[in-house]
Amino acid sequence: MQQIIFFFIRNKNFLLFLLLFTISIFLTVNSHSFHSNKVATSANFFSGGIYSIKQNVRDYFNLRTQNDLLVEENNRLRELLSNSGSPVQKEIIDSTNVLWNYDFVSARVINNSYSKTKNNLTIDKGSNDGLAIDMGVISSKGVVGIVNSVSANYATVQSVLNTNSQINAKLKNTNDFGTLKWQADNPFTATLIDIPRQVQFQLGDTIVTDGKSTIFPEGILIGSIADYKLARNQDYYELSIELFNNMTNIGHVYVIENKAAAEIKELENALEDVE
Amino acid sequence: MWNNEVMVNAVRFVVLLLVQVILLNNINLFGYVNPYLYILFIIVFPFTGNKTLLIGLAFLLGLSVDIFSDSGGIHAAACSFLAYVRPAFLKVSFGVSYEYNMVKISTAAFGERLTYISLMVFTHHIILFSLEIFNFNHILLILKSTLFSGIFSVVLIFCTILLFSRRS
Repeated sequence: MQQIIFFFIRNKNFLLFLLLFTISIFLTVNSHSFHSNKVATSANFFSGGIYSIKQNVRDYFNLRTQNDLLVEENNRLRELLSNSGSPVQKEIIDSTNVLWNYDFVSARVINNSYSKTKNNLTIDKGSNDGLAIDMGVISSKGVVGIVNSVSANYATVQSVLNTNSQINAKLKNTNDFGTLKWQADNPFTATLIDIPRQVQFQLGDTIVTDGKSTIFPEGILIGSIADYKLARNQDYYELSIELFNNMTNIGHVYVIENKAAAEIKELENALEDVE
Repeated sequence: MWNNEVMVNAVRFVVLLLVQVILLNNINLFGYVNPYLYILFIIVFPFTGNKTLLIGLAFLLGLSVDIFSDSGGIHAAACSFLAYVRPAFLKVSFGVSYEYNMVKISTAAFGERLTYISLMVFTHHIILFSLEIFNFNHILLILKSTLFSGIFSVVLIFCTILLFSRRS
């Protein structure tokens, strides 16, 4: 017994190091898998609070660009509204009967990273505002990411610029869909993989989200085709996508809540269980 | 005197953490180069200080940086490793009897200081980027990030030590 105690005392530094190192590795691996409860994220009272203070100062330097972005978006929405034809305005919509599928919550980005291989954003809305894990996040120009942890007042978002991210996307013209990934090369381009070889497309074609996942509604803008090459097995294209969003400068975002998500998930799970 | 040292280290801990997460994590020179100044805490921790305490504190510091930057536990791993191997690096750079010679980082010879700081910085960075990228296909990216961020960190740490060293 004494021997064991002496052993521990003699090697206490090494044992402590080993313990802490194991904990850190565990946390790292834990953060690499998307569907797990994150332990250490910036969505907490302390770091969220400090980032809010920081952002309050930084906001002033961005006012002009953010205002321009909002004006641009208003402009686009106004065009949509005035060109959508008269029926929308004439019909009186009874909001109690309409099934609103998507709820939008606006939020402010209080921390953003884009230079690492696994980038995350922190936003200043949390479960108190109805946010939950797996909700989509977009800005006025397109897709930003997916919520991956929430606290009462803050949430973290796994950015499009994260090598773990996989987003269902399709070509706007032909509806052929693939998976949007990021290859960690630069913050302005992502890669759309698994587009079949026979698909016709042109450089500059628009890529939008595909409505098949429960995270994003159909047709949210992503980017345009900048370059293409055949994948290694020669059957699929790998399209290089230039993102519409400038991910290095994100101010305000919208979090999308899909009200049907739970029901769809339940159905799909039931199907998997049968199989 | 002892209390004074505790205070200095506590303040240094908090200040370095805040400077790192609010300022330095957003530098992104050339798109991806960020300096990691906060390991200065481990570098200048009293050479004769309690080693077990340092390992614990280094872990806490790394974990705090991790929480702020949503990176899991990569900083915590790199920092606790750094704190554990520090005595060996001290021996290599300042000679075997560094503990009795009252070596101080601000008064040591330039070459010794450079060896010590570079060893610490590059060890920290290689662990950090290996864990962050976590993919052997990107080994070139790991080495590139380590090299450029490492040079930036060494220069910044050198300047900080020069600025804040008290002249006797």
